[in-house]
Amino acid sequence: MKRSVFATPYIVWMIMFIVIPMLFILYSAFIKDGQFTLEYVRQAMESPKYMNVLLRSIVIALISTALCLLIGYPVAYILSNMKKSTAAILSMFFILPMWMNFLLRTYAWQVVLADNGVLNMLLTSLGFPKGEFMYTQGAVLLVTVYNFLPFMILPIYTVLSKIDRSHIEAAHDLGANSIKTFFKVVLPLSVPGIISGITMVFIPAITTFAISRLIGGKNVALYGDLIEEKIVSSGSLGLGSVLSIILLVLVIISIFVMHRMEVEQGNEEGGTLW
Amino acid sequence: MVKRLANFLKHSYLGLVLLFMYAPIAILILFSFTDSRTMSKWQGWSLGAYEKLFADGAVWVAVKNSVSIALISATVATIIGTFAAIGIYSMKKRRRMVIENITQLPMVNPDLVTGISFMLLFTAIGFTSGYLRMLIAHITFNLPYVIFSVMPRLRQSSNRLYEAALDLGCTPMKALTKVVIPDIMPGIISGFILAFTLSIDDFVISWFAAEGVQNISIYVYSIARRGIPSHINALSALMFVVVAALLVIVNLRSIKQEREAEAQANKLRSK
Amino acid sequence: MESNHLIELVNVTKEYSGEKALDNINLYIRNGEFLTLLGPSGCGKTTMLRIIAGFTMPTNGDVYLDGKRVNEVPPYKRRVNTVFQKYALFTHLNVFDNVAFGLKLKKVGKKEIQRRVESILELVNLKGYERRWIDQLSGGQQQRVAIARALVNDPEVLLLDEPLSALDKKLRKDMQVELKRMQQAVGITFVYVTHDQEEALTMSDTVVVMNEGKIQQIGTPQDIYNEPKNKFVAQFIGESNIIDGVMLQDYLVSFKGSAYQCVDTGFEPNEPVDVVIRPEDVDIVPLGSAPLTGVITDVVFMGVHYAITVNCNEFSLMVHTTDYVPVGEHVSVQILPDAIHVMKKPKTLDESEAIEATQEMKAIEEGMDAEEQ
Repeated sequence: MKRSVFATPYIVWMIMFIVIPMLFILYSAFIKDGQFTLEYVRQAMESPKYMNVLLRSIVIALISTALCLLIGYPVAYILSNMKKSTAAILSMFFILPMWMNFLLRTYAWQVVLADNGVLNMLLTSLGFPKGEFMYTQGAVLLVTVYNFLPFMILPIYTVLSKIDRSHIEAAHDLGANSIKTFFKVVLPLSVPGIISGITMVFIPAITTFAISRLIGGKNVALYGDLIEEKIVSSGSLGLGSVLSIILLVLVIISIFVMHRMEVEQGNEEGGTLW
Repeated sequence: MVKRLANFLKHSYLGLVLLFMYAPIAILILFSFTDSRTMSKWQGWSLGAYEKLFADGAVWVAVKNSVSIALISATVATIIGTFAAIGIYSMKKRRRMVIENITQLPMVNPDLVTGISFMLLFTAIGFTSGYLRMLIAHITFNLPYVIFSVMPRLRQSSNRLYEAALDLGCTPMKALTKVVIPDIMPGIISGFILAFTLSIDDFVISWFAAEGVQNISIYVYSIARRGIPSHINALSALMFVVVAALLVIVNLRSIKQEREAEAQANKLRSK
Repeated sequence: MESNHLIELVNVTKEYSGEKALDNINLYIRNGEFLTLLGPSGCGKTTMLRIIAGFTMPTNGDVYLDGKRVNEVPPYKRRVNTVFQKYALFTHLNVFDNVAFGLKLKKVGKKEIQRRVESILELVNLKGYERRWIDQLSGGQQQRVAIARALVNDPEVLLLDEPLSALDKKLRKDMQVELKRMQQAVGITFVYVTHDQEEALTMSDTVVVMNEGKIQQIGTPQDIYNEPKNKFVAQFIGESNIIDGVMLQDYLVSFKGSAYQCVDTGFEPNEPVDVVIRPEDVDIVPLGSAPLTGVITDVVFMGVHYAITVNCNEFSLMVHTTDYVPVGEHVSVQILPDAIHVMKKPKTLDESEAIEATQEMKAIEEGMDAEEQ
């Protein structure tokens, strides 16, 4: 008996529930009344409204990814330099929110930012005027960063804590000071962690609709909202499918780009390290 | 002196980030102990939110759905996924690459698209049981994570172990259950835990795939769209406590081992 | 006669995607012997072992165990057990359960298991370690558990795949002696795979030298060392001076411009040959007492002897001797006729050699059988 037969149930499952459903999306995107059509594609591409939303989604996802990296990298770096047991406990605290329900995490900010929420209560009790926080781009950014920050910290921390100390000692030995060592050795070696962190933040950020729906409202609708609205509320499956395919293509392109970056970085570093 | 200052800065930075991460949760917990329609004024301590929570039948249906779907989908995905990993691992390179790539698809595919694809499939074939729809969807998106948790463990464990079991008289099936699976157990367990948490946490795929059935995420979403009722605070507080407790239990053992290893190393050094 | 052949490989070939890992192997292994498969990595020795164990099926040819063809018999139905290179011990079980693993599968009674595990642990000097976990053992102890786990099943053949390669040098030496002791104590056939010539020579009854999927030579350790069959064997086993030469006639070979008496016959007149001279077979003598002269260019102390390089005008000769000679000294080098081994030039590795090897093997087989009777 060959051991590869153990994969058979999975392969059947995969075909039924991964491959076939994707074919359904393709079908409803390009087939109308049994005929091939590009009507939905035209609708999706020609409407400036859709393109604007797409652009806004990309910008917000990019900014929140950058913010996560800026905030998260130092956290991962500091943690990786601590005593192992301390770092293990502390890193647990940084990861813990990730385990709490995503919707509840988002809801928590609703409580803070709402017009009659905690932040305004604090402001008025200190004598400041009330602010408008909900339904702004800033609020969407804030909550996106909040939700996905652990996904940036974790992979970078994992990679950093696995770096062989002797690389750093070798750099010091060869005359590099701490700052130079960081930029010449530590940072390049942590690129794989950075890239998987970026992937883990950027992709959910660009596809989210719950955050923008709850925090952004109608003012800051994102591409995800648009798709959800087309599919669920207005029932136009064809257009919704085309929009999802556009989103998927975007995600695949970004993964491909990041993969290329990793490979290039890897080769280059391989060259300079040895 | 410089080092002290640097350490102080480092610790303050970590503290600030932790504050950012925990402040909203802390506020939720705090406000779960007061009963008010709005958060604009502190209205004194009360367990009213919890009373409301326990009285609300819909919440408990959602919690039950979330937990049972997480348990069942994680178990099924762990079983199918573990065998799949063993099978894929023994395949020839080209076939293995093809299957591994398809396996990555649901991990790469945005939740939104996966969810929509399920919705289209289930609607097209007229499959109406909301609970089963959600369950199938969860098993499907859990599977790749189980496979990719088990795979590295298999790579570590070397084919020799399987061969050693055959050599000592095991049939292939017995070799699997008596040797290979115990050896990759850590990978299987972490795959299960990952699957369970992903399932509990999922909103988007459930939202599209299921119909007429609510899990915690869908419940919170549908309520939160209309305002910020106090019993959701109580629910968050409870969930946070449960999750934190689970995480501490899971991690405590490995932290303890780490500590012991460090103590051992220190002893050796001092000798 | 036949019953004495515990394992037979007949015309066994193994291809991996077109590459021949084993090329038409014919080999008999006799009951109770310690046979070593020796060769550089990639020579096919491990493939051969895996074919005997049943993990790999030959592409062509047949494998016989105890006179029965076993090509399709799975490993768990063969009375053959293996000690794996990195031991492949089960880390989720303790020492006792590792050793008892095979017996439990055979549904041996509890008391019997207890008794047999204890006695085998005594044989491998691990008495009292029953309750230890695998990761609490040293490399040498793990090695012993692996041997015990295989031996306790009372196999007809024990296969050992480079079992000592993970141990340090001192431990390796001790284990060599112990393995030989264990083999004599249990009296079963050991098939041992190694790339370490010293290991092969100290432990084996029979050594099979392999290269590029083919058997190069089969013989006792003495044969292999003293009478290497070709240049590869000479180079692989021990150190050698290998010099191009021409066989002038029987008992007379010429190299580097001089003719030397030798003990070899059976070559064509003026046939080009490889001349192999072991460094310890030549001696440095005072200048003038032998025809070949040269200058000492290098002296290295090796512990027991000195490795001395003598430059004899056109070529360098490596000499092992216990006498110290300073660098720069002019000396003579004495090469006695029985120090010279003349061998045919390899024609490129083709079938003729495989046939040769097969014939040789048969000859040795017959010789040994005759010896025993």
